[in-house]
Amino acid sequence: MTTVSDQQTAASTRSQRAATTASTPRRSLLDRRGAAVVGGLLLPALLLLGWQLVTTTGLVLAYKLPTPASVWAAAVDLASNGDLYLYTAISTQRVLLGFAIGSALGLVVGAVVGLSRLGDVLLSTTLGAIRAVPSLAWVPLLILWLKIGEESKITLIAIGAFFPVYTTVSAALRHVDPHLVEAGRVYGLRGVSLLTGVQLPAVLPSVVSGLRLALAQSWLFLVAAELIASSMGLGFLLVDSGNNGRVDRMILAIVMLALMGKLTDALIGLLERRVLRRWT
Amino acid sequence: MSAATALPVTITGVRRAFPVPASRGGRADRASRSVRRGTTGGTVPAERIVLDQVDLTVEPGEIVAVIGPSGCGKSTLLRLLGGLDTPSAGTLRIGDQIVTGTDTRTAIGFQEPRLLPWRTVAQNVALGLPRGTPRSERATRVAELLELVGLTASADLRPRQISGGMAQRVSLARALARRPGVLLLDEPFGALDALTRLRMQEELLRVHAARPTTVLLVTHDVEEALYLADRVVALRTVSDGEHSPVSDVAPSVVRVLDVPGARPRDRADARLAELRVELLEGLGVVTHHVSGASEPYPAI
Ligand SMILES: Nc1ncnc2c1ncn2[C@@H]1O[C@H](COP(=O)(O)OP(=O)(O)OP(=O)(O)O)[C@@H](O)[C@H]1O
Ligand SMILES: [Mg+2]
Repeated sequence: MTTVSDQQTAASTRSQRAATTASTPRRSLLDRRGAAVVGGLLLPALLLLGWQLVTTTGLVLAYKLPTPASVWAAAVDLASNGDLYLYTAISTQRVLLGFAIGSALGLVVGAVVGLSRLGDVLLSTTLGAIRAVPSLAWVPLLILWLKIGEESKITLIAIGAFFPVYTTVSAALRHVDPHLVEAGRVYGLRGVSLLTGVQLPAVLPSVVSGLRLALAQSWLFLVAAELIASSMGLGFLLVDSGNNGRVDRMILAIVMLALMGKLTDALIGLLERRVLRRWT
Repeated sequence: MSAATALPVTITGVRRAFPVPASRGGRADRASRSVRRGTTGGTVPAERIVLDQVDLTVEPGEIVAVIGPSGCGKSTLLRLLGGLDTPSAGTLRIGDQIVTGTDTRTAIGFQEPRLLPWRTVAQNVALGLPRGTPRSERATRVAELLELVGLTASADLRPRQISGGMAQRVSLARALARRPGVLLLDEPFGALDALTRLRMQEELLRVHAARPTTVLLVTHDVEEALYLADRVVALRTVSDGEHSPVSDVAPSVVRVLDVPGARPRDRADARLAELRVELLEGLGVVTHHVSGASEPYPAI
């Protein structure tokens, strides 16, 4: 077998050069990532400082905004009887369950609508109308149908998680490069193998960003569910403390929601980075 | 081992017309695009005829080059043969089966590389391997093909990390991986530099000699057509897209030329040089400063 040897050596020196040049930016990138973490924490630190200043100088009265120390004390207090842990855990469980169910359904229905003309015609109008219903409007109905238990909350969160995934997946599948789909067909892929071999990999980045949106939406819908009907959870803590005038606990609930939302989002961000690295 | 042998291709009376997209203009514009008035008084929507009255038989193992001006329907013809498109009239046969859809016995090397961006170069080539190639054989076949197109060192790169010419060679390797009965190549060497191009031509001929397969090769390069092919088919543009009353359209194939001599040919062969001038003039290219006033192929 004859080879195109000088071309190969050209290609290999090129890739070596690429490797050596790639290693230098990677170092500076790592540095920049460290800088990004510090930079990202800068604003929260400033906010905390500002908070401390306005509350200790009496610029804002304590019944409107308690000091950071008293919020911390409220946290320690709630943690000591286990409520803080319980509320955070139950809220997170609801979000994760609702998110899993909603995004799985969103993936399946999005695939049906994105891939089949019939599915599109039959479903997309109805789903568009359902999506237009504001989240709070579902709450009384879900309570009536599913009682005040876990089911009604998880269903509401699933509705919230469903739509971002459904929308991004169906739109992305509709716009998969037809050239690639044809190439897949020419090389013997059809039906399920075409879906797993070309269409799904092609939309993977959109699926992950849809999941990320869905997770954010899940936390949103969690609070909607817990604000109105619950006896546990961070949303309940928020309303209950509001009714009892415990501003420190309200702020604690908000901080916990921010932390948990950011934490789960960071986990999906990790997944996204892995997927995109494999993809490109 | 798949026993794909070279298959004959028979094209009879093929026409492909595309509907003219609905105009954005007003009524006057729409009227001008409606060609025939039906007997009932309604208008028949205008269509753009791209290929008409194509008749061509390709023997098993033959290499046929297809040339013609840009937009004359060369890619359309290959898409029809590959089962990616259906003719408006006429039939295409591969072996003795009429083409109705994509077929495992044909492989297409598209005009664009069309590599899957999430797969490595090697994995893209592996896509072309026939179903049921034993696992042990897959890696060696892919390695062989990558060596053939000179991309062994790039096996693990992703499509976005390679050049346009490299991508085109990956696409060629993917098509060859299939060991097809009919190989349809749409300008496979278009993006290559002159030297690589000559090498790839030799490789194609070598693969063809080792394992005969029927090849239809679209090219813009008349010299390449004459060097590689047993016959050269010249197509013309049959309709400019405005008005194309069906009865006025002349056949797409203007000329079928038997290339003299057997492969491997001498690139400096005087007969080929003459044929080259003849074909170029047929395509409307003036090859001498003192034009011999040679008539181009009759245009419509
Ligand atoms: N799906 C389609 N719908 C409408 N018109 C089309 C379609 N596909 C091709 N055409 C038209 O058919 C004509 C021929 O296209 P084709 O791609 O076969 O040309 P070609 O001979 O391969 O040109 P080139 O040498 O530039 O690649 C073009 O004018 C194009 O506009
Ligand atoms: Mg073309």
